[in-house]
Amino acid sequence: MIHLDISKALFGSEGTMSLHVKLDIKEYDFIALSGQSGSGKTTILRILAGLESAKGTISVANKIWLNEKIALPPQKRGIGFVFQDYALFENMSVEQNLLYAAKDKGLATHLLELTDLKALKNRLPSTLSGGQKQRVSLCRALMNRPKLLLMDEPLSALDPKMRLKLQHDILSLHKEFGTTTIMVSHDPSEIYRLANRVLVLDHGKIIQDGTPKEVLLHQQGSQKFSFQGEILDIIKADVIHIAIIAIAQQIVEVILDEAESKLYKIGDSVCVSTKAFAPTLS
Amino acid sequence: MMALDMEPFILSFKLASLTTFILFLIALPIAWWLSQTKCRCKPFIEAIASLPIVLPPSVLGFYLLYALSYNSPLGAFFEETFGIKLIFNFTGLVIASCFYSFPFMLQPLQGGFESLNKNMLEASYIAGKSTLQTLLHVSLPNIKPALLTSLIVTFAHTVGEFGVVLMIGGSIPGETKVASVAIYEFVEVMDYEMAHIYSGIMLLLSFIVLLSVYLFNSHHKKRIGISS
Repeated sequence: MIHLDISKALFGSEGTMSLHVKLDIKEYDFIALSGQSGSGKTTILRILAGLESAKGTISVANKIWLNEKIALPPQKRGIGFVFQDYALFENMSVEQNLLYAAKDKGLATHLLELTDLKALKNRLPSTLSGGQKQRVSLCRALMNRPKLLLMDEPLSALDPKMRLKLQHDILSLHKEFGTTTIMVSHDPSEIYRLANRVLVLDHGKIIQDGTPKEVLLHQQGSQKFSFQGEILDIIKADVIHIAIIAIAQQIVEVILDEAESKLYKIGDSVCVSTKAFAPTLS
Repeated sequence: MMALDMEPFILSFKLASLTTFILFLIALPIAWWLSQTKCRCKPFIEAIASLPIVLPPSVLGFYLLYALSYNSPLGAFFEETFGIKLIFNFTGLVIASCFYSFPFMLQPLQGGFESLNKNMLEASYIAGKSTLQTLLHVSLPNIKPALLTSLIVTFAHTVGEFGVVLMIGGSIPGETKVASVAIYEFVEVMDYEMAHIYSGIMLLLSFIVLLSVYLFNSHHKKRIGISS
């Protein structure tokens, strides 16, 4: 259980802004942190990691990390952190990157096997692709068996196919290691797949807090009327079925009848279209 | 061909090696601190540290002579307490060279540290490593070209110094008469043949040193996949 009550003055491109966040996070939760750039998402992660100072209190599993007197340094927090730009140690091979964090060869081998990196273990980071680098970074973050895993837009620099593979890796590692995970993300389909709770931040305040379905479905309303998408979920509601479909950066609901619901399954690629309506221009 | 007196060269290289070693130990923590600090005093410290680049060596030499001689409290203290003279001997040369070459050690190191990805250092802290461990295992290995530049340029700059050396050390054979001073004296007594030989050797050595730095750096860039 993480209890967070912090405030900090930020100096962004739009002048001074006050970050104020009060939050309780349950153990084993997977939290997605969303919101405009400059809203304070990364700063929250950095404060949690001890990389930036802040006023207020942070306690994790009844241990104080931050209050008026104590500010535990990052070395003592035992967390895992995945940076957007990977931040691998360029002078070390893939395996050395992991072993530098903790001298646990068994765990390193296990993580490299899970993420299909075993064949690359002696390569230097500069010879790897973006997706491979981010998998190394993810493995390295787990070497200390952290209770809390923080990820700052870990997949934003990767192509969609690689994202999908890494989303799968992240989810299975989150489950296997029993971490509480907080991830900054802008991608609704990614959030829907991974998180069980979404926080939307705006100008340093939390403006929305709920399940991915509650938060994300408000973002629908594309004015196009024929598009490719992927079925994320099929929910039975009374007599009808609702398919949750990811279309580009949007999530939409489509009502299905009993027969249609049997026709499709989660993960199917579908074309969502409609003919019998007059599009409105505004 | 007549026998060459190699002593001035040996002295020059002894002085340069010792100065490089001492300055590395002094400049490393300062360069690291300057690269990481947000202290408002940083520009002042940087300006002071760079003074030896712009000051005429005679100015530096004059102040050092003034500060280290027996007439100054510092010089008197060292002579009375440890029995060590700080001028007109090899010790004085080392001290003077450390001041004279300091910015040449500091600046490449600081530049190297500043160019490091901050997230990489933070990743090391998060992995539980101290600042010293991070410096030794992550920072230094990732600034190899800057490290080599600072070591070689400091060494070469110390071999090439003349004004400060002459003012602090004079020209005592086997003690303070380094190669650059020896060349000056050959010219002064119009022994151009020896001046040619000594200068030629210095020219060749300096070229070899610089060539090896550039060769290493271009090779290093290729190896770590940076196109220059």
